[in-house]
This record gives sequence, structure tokens and C-alpha cells, in this order.
Amino acid sequence: MSVPVYIPTALRQFTGGKSEINVEAKTAGEAIEQLTIQFSVLRKHLYNDQNALRSFVNVYVNDEDIRHQSGLQTPLVAGSTVTIVPSIAGGVNL
Amino acid sequence: MNKAVSLDLTDEEISRYSRHLILPEVGVEGQLKLKKARVLLIGTGGLGAPLGMYLAAAGVGTLGLVDFDNVDASNLQRQIIHGTRDVGRPKIASARDRLLDINPNVNIETYETRLTSQNALDIIKKYDIVVDGTDNFPTRYLVNDACVLLGKPNVYGSIFRFEGQASVFWAEKGACYRCLYPEPPPPGLVPSCAEGGVLGVLPGIIGSIQANETIKLILGGGEPLINRLLLFDAWKMRFRELKLHKNPQCPICGENKTIHQLIDYEVFCGLGPSSSEVEIEEITATELKRQIDLGKNIQIIDVRDSNEYAIARIPNSKLIPLSQIVERSKEIDPNLTAVLHCKGGIRSAKAINALKESGFTGTLINLKGGILAWSNEVDPSVPKY
Repeated sequence: MSVPVYIPTALRQFTGGKSEINVEAKTAGEAIEQLTIQFSVLRKHLYNDQNALRSFVNVYVNDEDIRHQSGLQTPLVAGSTVTIVPSIAGGVNL
Repeated sequence: MNKAVSLDLTDEEISRYSRHLILPEVGVEGQLKLKKARVLLIGTGGLGAPLGMYLAAAGVGTLGLVDFDNVDASNLQRQIIHGTRDVGRPKIASARDRLLDINPNVNIETYETRLTSQNALDIIKKYDIVVDGTDNFPTRYLVNDACVLLGKPNVYGSIFRFEGQASVFWAEKGACYRCLYPEPPPPGLVPSCAEGGVLGVLPGIIGSIQANETIKLILGGGEPLINRLLLFDAWKMRFRELKLHKNPQCPICGENKTIHQLIDYEVFCGLGPSSSEVEIEEITATELKRQIDLGKNIQIIDVRDSNEYAIARIPNSKLIPLSQIVERSKEIDPNLTAVLHCKGGIRSAKAINALKESGFTGTLINLKGGILAWSNEVDPSVPKY
């Protein structure tokens, strides 16, 4: 099943500027995995050395954080969307 | 509304706020709530500008302003509270003038200081609502933690390039910032607007949303952004909304909290001295020019983005943007000294650390102060941006 993954601005430099990537996946984890296969430099920005999602990277299926669902096992169905929401902070240090 | 209460607004205020007073959701009662409210604005920059101006115009009785910076020409593209004639003035003085011009009834309290773990609780406790317009990680966690400890709502906004986020963090009623992001990203992984740029209108939109949320909190009406994260993409013109949940394991507002007082947020965000990387060798622009003139064979690597390279460059420099530096490290000759530079010296230091971590063996030197120092010390014809 093909689902769109929305890429935030801060990570678009690693996806050739694309804001939306379609991947074949049945779970949130598979979707992120597919994404990092297509764009290998993304991997270190999304996963830590223990192969877990970094704590400042939130993944949503539709409008729910996967941490409050089944984590990377959260199922995707037709019409699901995956959104990566990293913490952003645009200002300089005050 | 009964007459006794309406007497608390002067004739001037009644005519000034008439469009609020005839709104059933505000009315005289709501306007008096605004007049009694005390709101603290942290930062008078891109987000703080529309925030301060709309809150002053709306008749918020007391506005506290925290900032220690001076107005710079590069602020004017988005920080509309400051004008061209204010360049060089303290932002707090410029903001105060502008806000009092909009509404002389507002009581402005200024703090020309950096918000720190030492002063944050004393400043914040005097206000009802805190609005964080600084948009950097150490201040974001500091403001969040101080608000949780004091039970205050924290109106959040953040921007990058064309993308913005807004929410209301209020631990008594929902998620706090740490429930959403328990830890900050390591320095260098997320660029700032000074590095990545920002559309000038974007902080206007996100700051206005923060002002809207602040006013609703004061009025006690509407549906505030508690437990909701608003995402905005100005380039696509798309708003999305995500659900937030209080995290039972949150270290500051959860059931078994581990944080009971403010900590050192520079260190927490990896910016403090205790976490600094291996010492990086530096060279001044003047010394670099002298060595080039002596005929020393030096490669100059520019790690900025191509659009910055188009604005200004150092002669004979090679562009390898920070995001590509490791994968393109073969383009740097390890047998020749390489001087790396960016706009101000931060990104080139990150590039040097990244290259060293990746096993690059050549000599890497950071240009102190970046191309700005080159323009100041060596060649004023190189434009500053």
C-alpha cells in the first residue's frame, strides 16, 4: 500500500527538496524504513545509534503521535498519512 | 454588563476598544479582563513584534518585555516593531516606543537582560501568561520548565524558513513542551533562521496566532490550542493540526517528575562549556589574508548554502555546504591546509567536527568570525548580509 510521508522543511535538504514522499508500507516503522532506504543520509537524523527513533523526532500517523499508539508497529491503512515532526527553533540564542 | 463595571473603562478606552466591546465574546467584561491581564513577552524579535503590537492594541494592561539585543538592519525584514531609525538602539527601548505609540494606556515593564535560570522564576511569577518569542532551544526549555513549576500557561510558537508551529503548553490542563519533545536535538542538527533563512511574513503569522491564543486565555473563552499542535506551511499555504497528549513519564509534569527546579539549559542543550567538542584551530581573517599574500597554498572551503555563496564569497573559495560536507570530503585535499568558513564561524566549526568524526585526517582550521570578519578586516567590498 502506498502512503505519503510528509517531510518537514528542516529535513528536505536530505530528500532532494521534496516535501512529500510516497512509500510502500504497512506500518509506521516500515514507512520510515523505506524512506531511509530511498534517502540514506536521512537515517542518522531519524535514528540514534541504538536504531531507535531519536527523542526529538516525532512521527504521526494521521493526527496521532505513534508513541500514543503502537509505536513503529502502528498500522497504516488506505488513506493513512505519515508526518515527521522534528523540534524546530528558528531563533538565535538569546 | 452592569454600570459599575463599565465605569472602569474611560471614555477614551470605550472608543478605542469599541470593536471589542460590541463583540459578545469580549464585551466590557472581557475588555476589563484584558486590562487587568499581565503578559510576559520573551524576546521582541520576529515573533515578539506582532505579538507585542497586537496585545498592546488589544488593551492588555501590562506587558513585560525581556530582551537584551540591539536592533540590527537584518532584523527589519520581519521584526516590524522596529524601524529603520531604530537600528543600533536596544530592542527593548525601540519596542517600548512603538507599543506606547500604538496604545499609551499599556503599562510596559522592561527587563534588559538575558532570561536565565537565575532570574526566570522571579520575572515570570509576576505575570499571568508567558509568551515565548525567542525561539531557541535553551530558552524554550527554560521557559517551559519555569512555567510548569509556577503553573503558568506558555504560549508557544516556532518558525523555520516557510514552516511554523504553534501551541499552548499548560501543564495543569494538558501537555507541556517536554511532553512533546523530552530532549532537544544535539547542536548542529537543526539549523537556525540565521543559517537557514526565514520568510519575513512567517513570524508575523505565527506571532499573530500566539497573540490570538493569549487573548483567548485572558478572556477564558474559545478553544485554545491546549493539547493541539498547529503546523503551518506558508509555501504550500496549508494548516494542519496534530493531537498532543500529556506524557505520564514527562520529567517535569509527569507522575514521577525528576526535575524540581531550573537546570542549566545551555548544558542541557549541548551548548555549554562542559560539552564542548575537541578544541578547534582558528585563524583570523587578517592572518588568512597575510598567508595567502605570502603565497601559502591554502584551500578555502565555504560551508554555507549556494544562495549565500551567490550573495558574497571569498576569492578562490570552494563551496561545499555543511549538509554535504562529509559525503563530499574527498574534494578536500588532506595534504593541504584547509580553512573552512561560513557566515560567522558556527557552521564551519560544526563542519570541522563532522569531518574529524568521519575520520578526515588533513589539517582543518576555522575562519574566526566567518565571511563577516573577512568583510570587516580584509575586504569591505564583500557585502555583509
